[in-house]
Amino acid sequence: MKKTYNIDVDCANCAEKMQEAAKKTPGVKDAVVSFMTLKMKVEFEDGVDENAVMEQVRKNCKKVESDCEIFLK
Amino acid sequence: MNKKQKKLLIRIIVASVCVVLLMIFSKYISQWYIRLALYMIPYLVSGYDVLIKAFKGIINGQLFDENFLMTIATLGAIGVGIYQAVNGGDDDYLEAVAVMLLYQVGELFQSYAVGKSRKNISQLMDIRPDYANIEVDGQLERVDPDEVEIGSIIVVNPGEKIPLDGYIIEGSSTLNTSALTGESIPREVSVGTEVLSGCINMTGVLKIKTTKDFEESTASKILDLVENAASRKSKSENFISKFAHYYTPIVCFSALALAAIPPIVLAIIGNDPMVETWIYRACTFLVISCPCAVVISIPLSFFAGLGGASSQGVLIKGSNYLETLSKVKYVVFDKTGTITKGNFEVVDVHHNTISKEQILYYAAHVESPSSHPISQSLKRAYDKKIDIDIVSDIEEISGHGIKGKVGGVDVMAGNSKMMKMFGIQYMDCHHAGTIVHVAINGEYVGHIVISDEIKATSEEAVKSLKESGVKKTIMLTGDDERVAKEVASKVGIDEYHAGLLPADKVSMVEKIIGEKSEKDKLAFVGDGINDAPVLSRADIGIAMGAMGSDAAIEAADVVLMDDDPKKISKAIRISRKCIKIVYENIVFALGVKFICLVLGAIGIANLWVAVIADVGVMIIAVINAMRTLLVKKL
Repeated sequence: MKKTYNIDVDCANCAEKMQEAAKKTPGVKDAVVSFMTLKMKVEFEDGVDENAVMEQVRKNCKKVESDCEIFLK
Repeated sequence: MNKKQKKLLIRIIVASVCVVLLMIFSKYISQWYIRLALYMIPYLVSGYDVLIKAFKGIINGQLFDENFLMTIATLGAIGVGIYQAVNGGDDDYLEAVAVMLLYQVGELFQSYAVGKSRKNISQLMDIRPDYANIEVDGQLERVDPDEVEIGSIIVVNPGEKIPLDGYIIEGSSTLNTSALTGESIPREVSVGTEVLSGCINMTGVLKIKTTKDFEESTASKILDLVENAASRKSKSENFISKFAHYYTPIVCFSALALAAIPPIVLAIIGNDPMVETWIYRACTFLVISCPCAVVISIPLSFFAGLGGASSQGVLIKGSNYLETLSKVKYVVFDKTGTITKGNFEVVDVHHNTISKEQILYYAAHVESPSSHPISQSLKRAYDKKIDIDIVSDIEEISGHGIKGKVGGVDVMAGNSKMMKMFGIQYMDCHHAGTIVHVAINGEYVGHIVISDEIKATSEEAVKSLKESGVKKTIMLTGDDERVAKEVASKVGIDEYHAGLLPADKVSMVEKIIGEKSEKDKLAFVGDGINDAPVLSRADIGIAMGAMGSDAAIEAADVVLMDDDPKKISKAIRISRKCIKIVYENIVFALGVKFICLVLGAIGIANLWVAVIADVGVMIIAVINAMRTLLVKKL
């Protein structure tokens, strides 16, 4: 299951950090952050609660880059 | 400018005014600590968020980022100032404040430039329809295109974008397809014409019956493709992010070493350790080392390259393909649909016993149940109504032809293999083209010559490929030797292979890939019909004339929206330009940094030079990256 989220972040390096943080979150199979389009594409592992995982992803991203935002629909 | 940027701009202006005032009046302030306190005002106004972020980063274990570098460097410089003041020397806090201030100027510029290019590129791809008009009780109603069901009838007024794919049931007009294809000549459309979402209706009111829902419509598909393209990262992009990962810690430790080792060594050998000098140099080192210029300009170049290409009707599915495309040295064409138009036309009828019209009459009737392009061309050439009721006992012999009864008469239409199969004496034709032999009641009556027109721009396209450094052009076709030879020599293709079945094309491409060197890449150009396996086997698959063909969009790495073969060399040129700019930026930014690092370490470059090098390199790299957008004249 793949989903795309809009994000807000100020620098390319920070986007890279968000990507790493998202990848490390349990329940996330893979994540790609595009700084240029301000989008995060997340591939979830099977049978996980996406919203709960994304809450955690958001938390982890905030940890590495306090000035970022992920817009969870 | 957005709110964040405006706020930063105001902070920069306020801090700058403070700095100027301080530069003028600081000599009248005698106590160093008052001077320090006053300099702290612009320092904190311009850089408080950097300090906070660095602090948060330390807590969260994110030690080595730009904020951290800037914080340590500026605080270090201030520390050196205080140390000198306490020891009765000249104190200078201006440098530290200026570093922070200029760093923020750089950040503002970067964020502005990136925002601007995002906007530019989304304008280039301005095909997203906002609404659709539906007629309800004689009144037009605006609805979200998402809500329109397949088979609905929508109304598109002049000046509006066509929101969904469909065909025209009422009205005629001209369409501007430039956002989709990069083609500026408008297209005439009338009742029955299929139209694609994303085109702009220019002159007349159109009523369109939709054939796809919004998700599946061309405009959404293309936007999807372009948005996803940015997430397929190229080798250079991956290199840079890995680079940044190791680079910053290395620089930090080097700075630490620079601050600690020389003073210790100097002290051991009995000289003045000059601690503050070496700390100052370490701070300079940190400021120079900030990696932003490279980190920002590389993805920006790729993004602009992808955007620029799509504005020309060349959709590239990812920066990795942009990279491969720039190394293409072999271009393999599938003949039909790329070099030739793919619309077969009857060019001649050679008859002996019966009239031309009669041959066409029989051939068109016996072929009428088939949807093969050749059959279609026969029907077009006959140009009268086909009476299906008189056609019976049709048998299609794959790879050979068709036999059956037309009005009680046995008719056979097919190639020479078919004639041999039934032992019919036929006459060979001296024309190049597809030959359909016709026999009636087992008796040979003549043949029809069908040929495929070469596109007007094919020759020029092959020539411009050569000019852009392609080593070899190769054409593959299922047609016979004679046709292949004629087309290849007319267009100027180096090598051709005729009589290939679709599976042969894959093995042929594999063979060529095996023979060339690893560095040179091979591109396969097809029209997306029946060549998906080859498209995916080649180093890079280019599908052309792909408007509306889902299969081609899926299988190919590069999609040319219209069917002009000249776009192939254009795509290659765009990719070359983009890659060149990427390398320019990597070499330039790292080169300047490296030189400054050395100069900083030996004390020639001071903090001023450092911050100007950092911000200046970034600005130049970003401006250079924006050049990738200029692709019109390539």
